[in-house]
Amino acid sequence: MGRGRKLVSVQTNGRGNPPVTALNYARPDSLPQALRLLAGGGWRVLAGGTDLYPGSGATLDGRVLDLGGLAGLAGITEDGQGLRIGAATTWSTVIEARLPAALHALQQAARQVGGRQVQVAGTLGGNLCNASPAADGVPPLLVLGAEVELASATGMRRLALADFLHGPRQTALLPGEVMTAILIPSPGLRGRSAFEKLGARRHLVISIAMVAARLVVEDGHLTDVALAVGSCSAVATRLHLVEAALTGAPVDQAADRIRLADVSSAVSPIDDVRATASYRSRAALELVRRAVGGALA
Amino acid sequence: MIAFILNGKTVQTDAPPTERLSETLRERLRRVGTKVGCDAGDCGACTVLLDGQAVCACLTPAARVQGRHVTTVEGSSPELTRLRAAFLAQGAAQCGICTPAMLLTAAELLTINPKPTPDQVEAALGGVLCRCTGYRSIIAAVVAAGQGSTVPVTEGLVGAAVERLDGAAKVAGDSFGADEWPAGALVLKAVRSPHPHADFRIGDFAAFSAQPGVAGVFTAADIPGRNAFSVVPPFADQPAIAISPARFRGECVALVAFEPGVTPDLTTFPITWTPLPALAAPEEAETGPLIHATRPGNLLIEGLVKKGDAAAAIANSAHVVEGIMTTAFVEHAYIEPEAGAAWLDGDTLVIRACTQAPGMDREDTAALLGLTPDRVRIIPSAVGGGFGSKLDLSVQPLIGLVALLTGRPCRMVYSRAESMTSTTKRHPAEMSGRIGCDANGRITGVEFTGRFNTGAYSSWGPTVANRVPVHVCGPYLTPHITARARAIHTHGPVSGAFRGFGVPQGALWQETLYDQLADKAGIDRLEFRILNALSDGDASATGQILRAVGIKECLKSLRPYWARAVAEAATQPGRGVGVAACWYGCGNTALPNPSTIRIALSHAGHVILHQGATDIGQGSNTVIAQIAAQALGLPLSAIRLIGPDTALTPDAGKTSASRQTFVTGRAAKAAAEALRAKVLHRANAGQGALLALEGDTLVVRDAGTETRIDLASLPPDAHRHALSAEATYDPPTLPLDTDGQGTPYALYGYGAQMVELAVDAALGTVKLLNITAAHDLGRVINPVLARGQIEGGIAQGIGLALMEEYLPGRTENLHDYLIPTFGDVPPIKSLLIEVPDPEGPYGAKGLGEHVLIPTAPAILNAIRDATGATLTRVPALPHRVLAALDGKA
Repeated sequence: MGRGRKLVSVQTNGRGNPPVTALNYARPDSLPQALRLLAGGGWRVLAGGTDLYPGSGATLDGRVLDLGGLAGLAGITEDGQGLRIGAATTWSTVIEARLPAALHALQQAARQVGGRQVQVAGTLGGNLCNASPAADGVPPLLVLGAEVELASATGMRRLALADFLHGPRQTALLPGEVMTAILIPSPGLRGRSAFEKLGARRHLVISIAMVAARLVVEDGHLTDVALAVGSCSAVATRLHLVEAALTGAPVDQAADRIRLADVSSAVSPIDDVRATASYRSRAALELVRRAVGGALA
Repeated sequence: MIAFILNGKTVQTDAPPTERLSETLRERLRRVGTKVGCDAGDCGACTVLLDGQAVCACLTPAARVQGRHVTTVEGSSPELTRLRAAFLAQGAAQCGICTPAMLLTAAELLTINPKPTPDQVEAALGGVLCRCTGYRSIIAAVVAAGQGSTVPVTEGLVGAAVERLDGAAKVAGDSFGADEWPAGALVLKAVRSPHPHADFRIGDFAAFSAQPGVAGVFTAADIPGRNAFSVVPPFADQPAIAISPARFRGECVALVAFEPGVTPDLTTFPITWTPLPALAAPEEAETGPLIHATRPGNLLIEGLVKKGDAAAAIANSAHVVEGIMTTAFVEHAYIEPEAGAAWLDGDTLVIRACTQAPGMDREDTAALLGLTPDRVRIIPSAVGGGFGSKLDLSVQPLIGLVALLTGRPCRMVYSRAESMTSTTKRHPAEMSGRIGCDANGRITGVEFTGRFNTGAYSSWGPTVANRVPVHVCGPYLTPHITARARAIHTHGPVSGAFRGFGVPQGALWQETLYDQLADKAGIDRLEFRILNALSDGDASATGQILRAVGIKECLKSLRPYWARAVAEAATQPGRGVGVAACWYGCGNTALPNPSTIRIALSHAGHVILHQGATDIGQGSNTVIAQIAAQALGLPLSAIRLIGPDTALTPDAGKTSASRQTFVTGRAAKAAAEALRAKVLHRANAGQGALLALEGDTLVVRDAGTETRIDLASLPPDAHRHALSAEATYDPPTLPLDTDGQGTPYALYGYGAQMVELAVDAALGTVKLLNITAAHDLGRVINPVLARGQIEGGIAQGIGLALMEEYLPGRTENLHDYLIPTFGDVPPIKSLLIEVPDPEGPYGAKGLGEHVLIPTAPAILNAIRDATGATLTRVPALPHRVLAALDGKA
């Protein structure tokens, strides 16, 4: 087969199955091919598979467009503008990469996304497109000021991550679009970061609450503060009031300026099987303190 | 066509590109060593190596392995070889269902990091769940494999740390319920109630049945026998396939058989549901509409133990504590969902499935299907964890029905959600009462009332209601007691047996109150328990005069650890130490529960042990053989195991109630002694004679004489062996009278555990630091297996205390329902105490359930010690701990 579009048609397996619709799986080996296919609509995009398979039968339903053939979609590169993380970059790649201290929170989060098995397969882009309120990748990316790059047959666009995430399982992704990269503009690469995840067990846990903090310290003062909290609202969110309260503060006064009211006003936690809403607010406050402490350590 | 290199050999498959690799491996390539636990990446059981990296095969599209290397447990590598040996030596494989995944994940680790530390092992293997071992032995095994090769221990009698006799199969990928099926087997799927209580109407399913690939639809009307079962026959109330209304979410209401290879689809099954008001809590059920017309107040049964005058004793006590404790539904969460296959062998219906109770399966399935028991043969598969839930029927009557009616082989594998919704749970309990002591700290009396949510059907509710009052005073001398436990029906999941039959719930109530009482009396909490611990000659709550009581030895053995831990905790904020104890009667409560064992010498010169006790990971295949070898006087390596199989092994009863080492062990000892007596008689030798096998010759040496018995030349006996013997043992018990007085158990086991932990007072999280566990086993048959039981039971106790809460409709998977992972179980020090019981084989007592009982109360006691917070509800999730911290102020 040449470089043309590569489609695998599925035949009956000869054991009584009705013939499966042909062309229900595609594994394009270039982005333009992928975008041409996506323009036709009706595809489910398969990246790492870790969110697509749970709940499905022995095979995935519907027409599946497998991004596995797009080598250019994975990997982390740096240019003068900042950092580019391919959307199909796996958690284990993030863990093993040598990254600026501003991305330590992302690396800490990556180590707590499922176990080794999920970290090897799961991708950052998939984590964002799945848009779970408890997505571990979101708070560490929010504090980096991350943007997402979305491609379609008609062009590319960039969106701030905060604008991409609309709600639980809801994003700005349009029909025919695929996320190609997560972009960290240079200002977001400054400083150090830390991540705090809270759950009721050590491994394989969906967060009750989680916080990422990125801090830039100059002359003993916080000159740039970015804080984000996840699992405490429909979408993970930056804590702008706390950020404002901390900006300009001497390092040794940082902890004192973190106020419950400023945290609470930014979140809208719910009661669920993991915790109560009121607990989440208190825990978020404590996690903010610890993440700030961790980023300063 | 997808081609890849599987364990070094190129294979091709016509799997659809997005088929789960686990499905491709198991169904198309018939490599069933890769196990499926959840199909969601939550348990890691299906781990394989893809180009050397651990991945979940259930999350991997078949197309992704094109041209790549896949390693499964059927493969080999130097790392796997060392790991297998270390797993066997450390007892790191119990049931074996997670073992393939553990081995492969560890193999990847050893290629990256050849000599990992325990912390590195924990981090690397954290994606795989185990429900049996408590993880510590797995960590030890992987560390050991990094240090070098392990020398196996395969020979030894009672007391020896021999490897499990079924261990080689466990580390090769054992054959569980889902792993064997006859060619052409139909695939069964159940239609299940989405509501806790609902009327349903099955429409005309002719069109549904006529679809290509649908082999048949079966409803309650098709059941030829009595469509009602229970583990306690007089309470038989549960249909295998329900007739409207459905009484709990997940209840089977119809069955569809699909031709092999077809994608099963129930979405168009013609059924209409009319949801009805559901009774969720026992409180409303006691005054609500009846779930079973013959059970007023929705009361299944009330158990009572009454001795003396508890109210008067408490009224006259120097110190009294009063308190409540509430527990949740707890799911067994074994990694193997229920599965099995059935086929007809002539007139015999053969059912191969995961089970803890082949004899009971046979009787109950026969009754449901209108067959005589001799027409049903049960072959237990390897069992991927049971813990009580696989005592009850699951797939057995369903696959049996379809095989019987169609004449075709069939199979059924529950999904994780089906396993969680449709099988039994630990009873949620609401308990209250008072305990008093005199000015010296001696217990005066106990008043206890417990309400247990027994769910929609009886299952083991009667056993729980009877066991709790007998045990709820703990292993302490209690002169006056009134204890009542009511089992109340609701439209919740069926509550059944789960490691301890309600005793762990009762211990949570009693042991946490004991700490408060010790404080009131001004006595150290450990010493308070030692002061009140039962001794030989004391009368139990049921008036039974006890002997071989080991609780004082257990508690006293903790003293040096306690002193060290208390001193350490005193110097560090947030640190706490807790202790709790247990006792537990082994075997059925005041009911017969015999075991029969047959042992033989074959014409080929082997010892054939017909061992009908199902080994669900706890080790009876090995322990019973060690006892038999000891009694017979021949080496363990001479033994060949047969069974369990109802056609080949006499009934050794259920694997429940911590009874196999004791009851089946006694039967094995008696059978082996009888066989030895036959041999000695034939050789005219004395009791002290030494036996040896030389090929097919049995050599008997006695006082300078040597007799050689040519086994090959002996005529076959009734069991077609050269020589054989059979023995039955039934523990001597006496019925309980109307006040619950009597001798319910022939022997009891005892234990005490100490927990050290740290509480994060800002978040309410609990970090366990160390657990020290002292258990009186009477006689240790195999120390590695005993420690494995202790560590695994503690892990489940940790889950009960800190994280496990099954909520129907909300936690029906292994990411919302949390069980402990690697890293949630701290280092465990096991102290094996031996106070031999004259009734036990070589003095041995049961252990399997005891080990879970003290853990949860010891954790709550340590939390209170650390923070002052009194928790009256488990699991102690972080928000509840924080609320309790608020409440103490």
